Amino acid sequence: MLITVININFKKERLFMSKLLDKFMLALLVFSMLLPAVAFADELVIYSARKEHLIQPLIDAYSAETGTEISFITDKAGPLLQRLKAEGKNTHADLLITVDAGNLWHAASEGMLQPVSSAILERNIPIHLRDPAGHWFGLSERARTIVYSTERVKPAELSSYEALGDKSWRHRLLLRTSKKVYNQSLIAMLIAEHGQAQTEQVVRSWVGNLATSPFSNDTKLMEAILAGQGDVGIVNTYYFGRLQKKNPELKLALFWPNQQTGGVHINVSGAGVTRHAKNRSGAIRFLEWLSSEKAQNLFADANMEYPVNPQVKAHPAVAAWGSFKPSTQNLADAGRLQSDAIMLMDRAGYR
Amino acid sequence: MPDKKIPILELNAISQAYDSQLVVKDLSLILEAGEIGCLLGASGCGKTTVLRTIAGFEPLLEGEIRIAGEVVSCYNELLPPAKRRIGMVFQDYALFPHLTIFDNVAFGLRGTGRVELLRRTNEALELVGLYAEHKKYPHEISGGQQQRVALARAIAPRPALLLMDEPFSNLDVSLRERLSMEVRDILKENGTTALFVTHNQHEAFAVADRIGVMAGGEILQWDSAHDLYHRPVSTKVARFVGEGEMIAGLISSAGEITTGLGCLRGHLNDSRPIGSAVQLLVRPEDIVHDDESPLKAEVLRRSFRGANILYHLLLQNGERVQALVPSHCDHQPGEQIGIQPDVRHLVTFPVPG
Amino acid sequence: MPIPRSHNAGALMRGSGRRFRWPSGWQWLVMLVALLVLMPLSVLFIAWLEPAWDIWRHLQQTVLSRLLFNTFKLVVGVSLGALLLGVGLAWLTGACDFPGRRHFSWTLLLPLAMPTYVLAFVFLGLFDFSGPVQTQLRIWFGPGIRLPEMRSAGGVILVMSLALYPYIYLLARNAFRTQGKRALEAAQSLGCSPVVGFFRVVLPMARPWIAGGTALVLMEALADFGAVSIFNYDTFTTAIYKAWFGFFSLPAAAQLSSLLVVLVFGLILIEQQLRKRMRFAQSRLAPQAERIQLYGWHKWAATAACSLVLGVAFLLPTLQLLRWTLGIFHQEFTRRYLDLLGHSLLLGLSAALLIVTLALLVAYCGRRHQDRLTGSLIRISTLGYALPGTVLAVGIFIPLAGLDNLLIDLARSLFGIEMKPLLQGTLFVMLLAYLIRFMAAGFKSIDSAMHRVTTNIDEASRLMGLRGLRLLWRIHLPMLRGGIFTALTLVFVDVMKEMPITLMTRPFGWDTLAVKIYELTSEGEWERAAMPSLTLLLSGLLPIVLLMRGTDD
Repeated sequence: MLITVININFKKERLFMSKLLDKFMLALLVFSMLLPAVAFADELVIYSARKEHLIQPLIDAYSAETGTEISFITDKAGPLLQRLKAEGKNTHADLLITVDAGNLWHAASEGMLQPVSSAILERNIPIHLRDPAGHWFGLSERARTIVYSTERVKPAELSSYEALGDKSWRHRLLLRTSKKVYNQSLIAMLIAEHGQAQTEQVVRSWVGNLATSPFSNDTKLMEAILAGQGDVGIVNTYYFGRLQKKNPELKLALFWPNQQTGGVHINVSGAGVTRHAKNRSGAIRFLEWLSSEKAQNLFADANMEYPVNPQVKAHPAVAAWGSFKPSTQNLADAGRLQSDAIMLMDRAGYR
Repeated sequence: MPDKKIPILELNAISQAYDSQLVVKDLSLILEAGEIGCLLGASGCGKTTVLRTIAGFEPLLEGEIRIAGEVVSCYNELLPPAKRRIGMVFQDYALFPHLTIFDNVAFGLRGTGRVELLRRTNEALELVGLYAEHKKYPHEISGGQQQRVALARAIAPRPALLLMDEPFSNLDVSLRERLSMEVRDILKENGTTALFVTHNQHEAFAVADRIGVMAGGEILQWDSAHDLYHRPVSTKVARFVGEGEMIAGLISSAGEITTGLGCLRGHLNDSRPIGSAVQLLVRPEDIVHDDESPLKAEVLRRSFRGANILYHLLLQNGERVQALVPSHCDHQPGEQIGIQPDVRHLVTFPVPG
Repeated sequence: MPIPRSHNAGALMRGSGRRFRWPSGWQWLVMLVALLVLMPLSVLFIAWLEPAWDIWRHLQQTVLSRLLFNTFKLVVGVSLGALLLGVGLAWLTGACDFPGRRHFSWTLLLPLAMPTYVLAFVFLGLFDFSGPVQTQLRIWFGPGIRLPEMRSAGGVILVMSLALYPYIYLLARNAFRTQGKRALEAAQSLGCSPVVGFFRVVLPMARPWIAGGTALVLMEALADFGAVSIFNYDTFTTAIYKAWFGFFSLPAAAQLSSLLVVLVFGLILIEQQLRKRMRFAQSRLAPQAERIQLYGWHKWAATAACSLVLGVAFLLPTLQLLRWTLGIFHQEFTRRYLDLLGHSLLLGLSAALLIVTLALLVAYCGRRHQDRLTGSLIRISTLGYALPGTVLAVGIFIPLAGLDNLLIDLARSLFGIEMKPLLQGTLFVMLLAYLIRFMAAGFKSIDSAMHRVTTNIDEASRLMGLRGLRLLWRIHLPMLRGGIFTALTLVFVDVMKEMPITLMTRPFGWDTLAVKIYELTSEGEWERAAMPSLTLLLSGLLPIVLLMRGTDD
């Protein structure tokens, strides 16, 4: 390998090395002893697949209001679920926050969440945005809808998700990767509505219309529409919101499809109390607070999403996108049919 | 075999420079077929550069180089090394460590056909006496064997000219002497024309037919070993080749020179008029130890050489000479000993400046 | 650590013919490390107890052939690309001389600090259809102009070749450095043109080193998830993730991973076979050979080639990161950000010290015990490098959580004590995971330095009464400084770049720069990911620069 010559005299270096080693051993000892002991009785521990910068403000507000100590880690949903599973009944976690109903449904079906019945939650959250058995509750709502170039597309040309497969969109459609759970949920909900065969035809027609291979994220997809690589695409509303915030003159607009039929596909970010929560009541209190009117704006607006609580108005910038008829199919279907959706997309050649 | 009349190697007034500093100046030499030539000089005299220029590894600033009559290097034109029909033995041998001895020797025989390759490789290996080792890798054999593999590899493709860069410098002294004679025998047996460079005059004497003494990028003298030693053309050559000292002298009559050692007679090849002051080269073997002699000198230093002792002597007039004396005549520094000059060739040079 | 003497056991077994030797303290240590590495591996292979046939059938009917072909294309393409860059540049800076050579010889290593996922998003950000380059081209030449599609096999191969070539460069350069111009001249004097000589002599002589570097590149390319997912390029690794996060089938993911592991083990075996030949290939070469002086347009071409690679692989992405960072600096630079940096540095440093200490002990054991058992144990203990990070993370987490649960249950049933989990969510677990993954990076540089300490030195020291750890501490350690520093650097940089293990095993509050980059890039917020990326890059650069200065001439 490398031959390096560093001219430090022997004694000095030995001293340096041994000091460093000592310090390191000490640090290791201290950390390994301290860390597991951090869990206080009143503490609330959260595993979150929602990004740190989105939940930190809420946690700060809740701590300020109630004095509850909250610690959390973020990760992808998959590893978090696996971690919960492996920890079993000895888990630290009281609450699991994640995005996408598919993930919530899996957490529940693998027995990692416990049913909660709370009058407050049931009042604050519409029935189709939570698990019928109370394993999980949606906390913010986003729509996965059509985005189009205002320069090259008239809204009148658009009608539904399914119609994006029409010949007129040949080489004009842009999609995000089928590996993203948002698309898996969208397809799962289409399957729930139309059945496998018809949905597969829709997806095949989309793939045939693609202007370029699928993108790894919604933001790049919209930038590609702006640059003229394609004319329409399917994105989550808040990505559009973020882009719009950066550039108010954005030559893109959202279209609400399927208004005559099933409605716009929506999804939630949500949370559930873990099955082996040490602080069950604290977790429920926090959930209830999150669904309350004062927290809902904080939760939803941070990410330009829609509040789930019907009493709470969306952020003005979000409200400005117009009102629409959402799909009211229960989101549990997204989880139940997720595997079918992935297999269907694989068959249809949607990458 | 090329025509005897066309020299195998011809350097015509070549010059060579690194970073605008001249390292080879206006150098010429001719090597006939079958001859072994040698460039002898201290390190940094430009001898290796000449060799590398002949091989085609360095461009030429001026002059031209012909191999077997064909111009291979001149200003701005360079035949690639691979097309020059030369073989080269490098100072560090540069054996290919990833190949066996056999494959190393066969390396240059690519394209000669299987049978021919096998025959010539074995022939070369037998010539250097290493056939038994042909399956080994270079790191598995001794330094002397590596040297012979390098030689076999270089001569296997039957080059018109073999170049050797300090071929024995990596060997210990006893091996060096033995191998240098072996190499000469191998080259002569094979009829190979060769040019090598060395800083060691014993190697040069042992191997070469013709030797060029180099200094400062020039060949001072291109001659046989005998003539270099006995007829050096300049004090520089005289000092570099063999041992000895210069003493002042006066041409007193034809074939006679008066010096601090007395009046010396002998074969004098100097056309200067009688009465001219000259410098005379006195070799150690020109001084004979003789206790009876009235001529005395003081021993300054001695170095024991087995059969002989080399004495550095101070003459009465303050000049110094060296004397090679059988080692049974043992004297210590400070002693006065009797000496007798026995000079056959009177080698004279003009008095400087 | 006392070294148990083995004479008792030897005496006991003497009658039975074959001498049995009780493993020494050193061997126990290596055994422990090897077991640690075997733990996540066994989790993968145990998954075959319940094969996920439905998912396998689905994959086989739909995407499996494309995945395999894609992976094959990627691996072959990246190896060729990295070979071309790594070997070419290594030969130029190692064996030739041209303007700027001294600077290039170490600056060309700088891309080592650039994580592939960072290079991937910077390249897409720059060169994709909507990026500034193509946009500008369209402004100049009209909307019809297009560069080749960046989000393609070619694009991902280009990016990964640029990010990974330093592994080959690093090793090959040393080989060419000792080779100098002599080998090529010897070939030329034997009738080879320079080009033929390059392929018949120069390359074969450096083959063990080149192969070693290529094996590293292959493993990195096979295990990569970050870059391929940014390019949406489907490989075996993405299939593993899909099985896990999409189908929620960890068994299927583990089964897919186990295949990957088998593949990589094959590579490692080949690499180790090739490395065995290194010792003879190293023989009888001057340590500082003369360089080939390049003249005329050749030398400027060499300068241009080095500048181009350095520019594209390092300067351009760094400048782009800097540009993005400047745009968001005022809103992103907070106290919290400094915490991230502090965590990254502290983790990198502690992991580096831990791993290098263990690697030193393991290498030392390999030196004292040259038997088969020790040899294979050491080989096993460096296998973790080949595993995709996430897979490894799960493989570590599951058994550790199991152990924790066992301990808690034991405490409850035996003593009636309610214990908190001891291991989960501690730095200890995290460092353990790093240890398993990066043992190879630390071990290899120390081991090769260890080979340069001759046994005569050991014997001389023993005569003076130095044995065991004291011998290691007083004689070997000072002699191994160079190797130790290399090992520290490589591990430090690798740990700083590491993403999946950090995500999965970090304790509460221990977010690092890599975690931040993950959070931002997964949302497509590439501009905001630029600042942590740049910081990561810069902190990795420092040790590399320290390491590399001093190595040339």
